[in-house]
Amino acid sequence: MQNMGWNKLFAVSLLSLAITGCASSGGTTDEAATTDSAMEESQTQAVPGSPGVDVVTEEQAAMAANPLLEQTVVYFGFDRSEIRPEFKDILNAHAAYLVANPQASVTLEGHCDERGTVEYNLALGERRADTVKRYLVVQGVNPSQLESVSFGEERPAMVGSDDSAWSKNRRTEINYQAR
Amino acid sequence: MMQRLFFIASLLFSVCAKAELTIEITQGIASSIPISVVPFQTVSSQSSGDVLDDVIRNDLERSGHFSVLSPEDMLSHPHTEDDLYFRDWRLLKQEYVVMGVVTELATGQFQVRYQLFDVFNERELLTQTLTGTQQQIRDVAHRISDAIYEQLTGIRGAFSTKIAYVTTNPQRTRFNLSIADSDGAREKIILTSKYSIFSPSWAPDGKRIAYVMLEDAGSRVYLQDITTGKKELISANRGLNSAPAFSPDGNKLAVTLSKDGNPEIYVVDLNTRKWQRITNHYGIDTEPNWMPDGKHIIFTSGRSGNPQIYRKNLETGYIERLTFEGHYNARARLAQDGRFLVLVHQAKAGGDFHIASLDLTRGLLQILSSGTYLDESPSVSPNGVMVMYAAKHNKRSILAAVSVDGDVKFLVPSKSGDVREPAWGPYPN
Repeated sequence: MQNMGWNKLFAVSLLSLAITGCASSGGTTDEAATTDSAMEESQTQAVPGSPGVDVVTEEQAAMAANPLLEQTVVYFGFDRSEIRPEFKDILNAHAAYLVANPQASVTLEGHCDERGTVEYNLALGERRADTVKRYLVVQGVNPSQLESVSFGEERPAMVGSDDSAWSKNRRTEINYQAR
Repeated sequence: MMQRLFFIASLLFSVCAKAELTIEITQGIASSIPISVVPFQTVSSQSSGDVLDDVIRNDLERSGHFSVLSPEDMLSHPHTEDDLYFRDWRLLKQEYVVMGVVTELATGQFQVRYQLFDVFNERELLTQTLTGTQQQIRDVAHRISDAIYEQLTGIRGAFSTKIAYVTTNPQRTRFNLSIADSDGAREKIILTSKYSIFSPSWAPDGKRIAYVMLEDAGSRVYLQDITTGKKELISANRGLNSAPAFSPDGNKLAVTLSKDGNPEIYVVDLNTRKWQRITNHYGIDTEPNWMPDGKHIIFTSGRSGNPQIYRKNLETGYIERLTFEGHYNARARLAQDGRFLVLVHQAKAGGDFHIASLDLTRGLLQILSSGTYLDESPSVSPNGVMVMYAAKHNKRSILAAVSVDGDVKFLVPSKSGDVREPAWGPYPN
């Protein structure tokens, strides 16, 4: 079961790599770099309870298999919640992993920038988490592996009141609870 | 045209050394009424007289409707009618004079008797005697301000009301829900959390406050008794639990829930805990607020693509769109018995966010706020005159206030950290 899963994942990874290979440009690298920092921000905020050593090893193996899985944040336009085409490869990679690993589960955290009202942004954050959830379900992921939560504008990845901070804050983070 | 006051009133007196907020008046009205509040005579060991008349002067000045003469600029400091010479005050172009006497009672309480005079007609307009404990000096002062304000403007004063707001440290690791006098004095923290707190909503009796706490698992709605501090969980459904708003009778709470897959407005009866769904649309529906009749709820909906304000008749189920001007209109609050909406307004995509008022009978939208940035969370004083809101100013989150007619403006910066989510409390009982 596990082996079959890895094979399938590997195949999907190759496919995804091929697609990104075609589409990639300097901009994609930038996005990947900022994604990492955004993820670090969010991890410092998470409740303690780190996974065991074995799990980490497995996680690293998975990362090696598909570098796209290292990208765990997708970004949105202002007041928008639809998935931008450039993030579909990342989501496809996570979908493939989740399909191949039914024991794995993720929390999808929807976030907004500080503009607009607190409550409307809380609702919008949920939309951003739910859009990602629906996308993953359409790719075959079992909904029971996915939990969505909105943090609205309350937990910015980047502090600041300019376009660069705002664009990093309008996001859905894919946080693995189990691998 | 506008008379710019640039008057800085520090409201941190000895009795409230803990207060965190100060008030800077940035704009008053051109036709403000000249008034003198003579330092009250104190017939006791305590110096409560000084504090009393200071608070009254600051209240009247902050309202923007009055131009208050500084005691140093007065020709005399009369305490009784025998010492009051109207020509002195006419010379100073004063229209009204307030004077008072504070005496200590045998019970340890104090008593204040004050009089309000019309200088031009040389007659007494108002006289009252109030008593209180030393801890109630500010309450008594605000009551006097309320009475003077009502006598001279015809509008009930709201100086005795409280405001609730949330303060945060710059690292956003500690959130305090606080209650203070409407001038920022006597701050009391009623809740401290590592989780973000927002949308405080006062019960009409002023004794309870509902709010949202954003925990790791998501948003939760709580109801807290202000005097006992007892905190009660109202809603912890799957998805959003947010935007609580009390019904005018205080028995129900409108709340946004997304347990059925999409943010919708529900009403819970606080006595029976029965829930009723109010909206049903695939767009976002949130930020409910009750009309004073208790039969209509206004709310923000994204059903037309961008957030706009709608009103639902709870009896007929009829839903009507109220805002048409602007790209983004959200979090509406009602002012002056529902004649005006006060809301967060963005004129066009990518534009600035301002506080605006919408005259519902004439359909006129007026932008009220200026000089602040990313304005949000408007809250209207119970007399419908002032709007307090949160904004960015010099890279900090501060509270600011503007009158519903746009003429009076003041800033309420915090001495440390950020202040957000103001909620103006009801009249005291």
